This record gives sequence, C-alpha cells and structure tokens, in this order.
Amino acid sequence: MNINLTILGQMVSFAIFVWFCARYIWPPIVNAMQEREKKIADGLAAADRATRDLELAQDRAAERLKEAKREAAGIVEQSRRQANSVLDEAKAKALEEAERIKVAAEAEIEREFNRAREELRNKVAMLVVAGAEQILQREVGEAANSELVDSLTAQL
Amino acid sequence: MASESGASSGEYISHHLTNLTLGQRPDGSWGIAHSNEEIAQMGFWAINLDTLGFSVVLGALFLLLFHWVARRVTTGVPGRSQNLIEMTVEFVNNNIKSMFTHDSKTIGPLALTVFVWVLLMNVMDLVPVDLLPRLAELTGVPYLKVVPSTDVNVTMGLALSVFLLILFFSVKQKGAGGFAAELCFHPFGKIAAPINFILESVTLIAKPISLGLRLFGNLYAGEMIFILIALLPWWIQWTLSVPWAIFHILIIFLQAFIFMVLTIVYLAMAFAVEEH
Repeated sequence: MNINLTILGQMVSFAIFVWFCARYIWPPIVNAMQEREKKIADGLAAADRATRDLELAQDRAAERLKEAKREAAGIVEQSRRQANSVLDEAKAKALEEAERIKVAAEAEIEREFNRAREELRNKVAMLVVAGAEQILQREVGEAANSELVDSLTAQL
Repeated sequence: MASESGASSGEYISHHLTNLTLGQRPDGSWGIAHSNEEIAQMGFWAINLDTLGFSVVLGALFLLLFHWVARRVTTGVPGRSQNLIEMTVEFVNNNIKSMFTHDSKTIGPLALTVFVWVLLMNVMDLVPVDLLPRLAELTGVPYLKVVPSTDVNVTMGLALSVFLLILFFSVKQKGAGGFAAELCFHPFGKIAAPINFILESVTLIAKPISLGLRLFGNLYAGEMIFILIALLPWWIQWTLSVPWAIFHILIIFLQAFIFMVLTIVYLAMAFAVEEH
C-alpha cells in the first residue's frame, strides 16, 4: 500500500470518467426525467381541467333539460287551449248555421202555405161561379155575374 | 488454503494485501515486482496494475451501462434497465438538490461518477477473497489485489481530485483574493490572520485526507476480515463469512454514499461566498 504512480493514473481516469459522464450520460437522462415529470404534471392538470369541464357540461345539460321540459309543458298547454277554442268556435258556428237553416225552412213553409191557400181560394171561387152560372144561366147578366164573383171572392 | 498448503498465515495475509506492481527495479530494468522488498525499492515510480486495471474496467463498465441506457432513453414509460439507471440518477440528484443550492453543470456528473464508481469498486469486496488471486496465480501472475478501493492510491486519488476541484471552484467563485480572505479572516477576524490561516489550512487539508482515508480504512478493514475468515477451516468459514458479507453490503453502499455526499458538501462549501 505504497503511494505510487497509480494515484496519478487514478486521477486521470477519474477526470476522463467525469468528463464522459458530463458529456454523454448525465444530460440525456436528467433531461428525459425532467421532460417526463413535466408531461405527468401536464397530464394531471389536463385531467383536472377535464373534470371541471365535465361538471360544467353536466350542469349546463341539466339546465337545458329543465328549460326544454318547461317549454314543452307550455306548448302542450297552449295547444290544448287552442283546441278548445277551435271546438267552441265550431260548435257556435254549427248552432248558428242550424238556426239559420231552420228559419229559412220555416219561411219557405209559410210561403208555400200562403201560395197554396191563395190558389185554393181562387179555384173554389171559380168552382162556385161555374156552379152558380150553371144554376142561374140566362137570368143573370154578364155584368151582374162578375159582380157576384168578386163579392164571393172577397168573402172567401 | 494457504495455511494448509504449507505457507504461514502471515505470508497468506501479506500475499493478499500486496499489489501487482510494475516498476523500475534497482538494476534499471522494468518489470513486475515479485516481493514486497522489490516493491519498496521501486518507490513512487511504479504502477499497481491490478488496482488500475480493475478500477478502469469497473469505471468503463459504469460508463458503458449508463451510456447504453442514455442513448435509448425515453420520456415515456421506462423499461427495466432505464428504471434502474433513473433510480440511481434520481437518488444522486435528490442528494445534490438537498445539499447543493448553487448552479453548476459539473456537480451532477461528478457525484454520479463518484457514487457508482466507488460502489462498483467496493462491490468487488464481495467476490470470494481467494477466487481471483488463485486463478491469477495459476496463470503465473504473482499478486492480485481485487478490490481497488482497498488501495490507498485509488481513494487518495479520488480525494485529491475532489480537493483540486474544491480549490478550482473556490478560486473561480470567490476570486483568488476572496479565497485567501476566507482562509485568513475567518474564525477570529482580521487581527488574528496568521492563526486563522493555520486553522483554516488544516481544515482545508483535512478534507481530502479524511475523505480518502475513510473509504480506504473501511474497505481495507472489511477485506482484512474476509482474509482472516479465509484462514479458518473451510467447513466453518460460512458461519462467519456469510454474516460478514451481508453486513458488508451495508458498508459497501454506505461508504460510496458517504464519499458522494462529502464530495457534494465540500463543493457546496467551495461555491458558497461568505460575507465578511
């Protein structure tokens, strides 16, 4: 265990080893480790952000759903009201129409009745005149005859 | 067992603690030392081939493994090997973040290299003590010390490198004057500058020495105990070597960790600009 030249050899090889390590070994390994650390940190941050986004989206979706439900209920209510009003209107119109038709029919019947009565009266008068003409024949003049017919017609 | 094959326990231990040394012999020829005396004669101008070989191979193993993963690194889901590497890097990086608040491109690779390299060198301690030296002996290699961090050259080499970095960054961050001021004016104010300088110099120099010797001492002692256990009869060895190995796993990791932490702390101190 004497100190000899070995100590210098040792120092030289140590210097070479440290140089080699500093040149080719330490930087790539440490850089890779730092880069991975950064990647993992980024990944965790992204996951946090995604969770927050998801929560927000869920809130928004629930809000949207509630709104849609409210809107749908409104639409149903409105359409029901509209249907009722249409129904009422139709009913009222139908009633009105029926009334109108009834009135027209009654008027028609009245008119027909009057016309028939008039016709009947004329026919009866003529029959009476014809009968009387046959009974009286020559005894009554033409003028007196027409007078008689007129008075009879007025009486009927 | 060496003791069973005739050699004394002392020789066995000393054989295991001797490095394979290449150096200049007294007669001027270069070669591998075959005894401790020869090594002593070689003095400073010698190289421990086993130490340097194992430490460089382990360091290269570390770099190859990490580089292989670094080239295929993905920011997506990591594979099994990438996971292991990333765990190691993150462990080192967390320690740096908690202790080193300044901005530096050097500290990360430095701490990672120190931690993994020292850990790998310490792990060699768990290889059975006789396995590699015996195999080496069969191929004619006289000595082989397997654990690089039980060689004071390795630990002090690392500690001295850290010390040079401390000096470099101190001067870079504070300027030569600022660094000198920190050494001279610190504990007792400007009047007692010489005393301050002595105290602060001791503090400064104690850093690399304690750093290097702590690792050396722990691993040397651990290896020594494995060697002593290997002296027992073969059928009883496991009762001691298994518990010690399990306990030693802790020491292996702990010493690598301490070396790294102290490196970071010392450099953090070098970067800190104090107010005067």
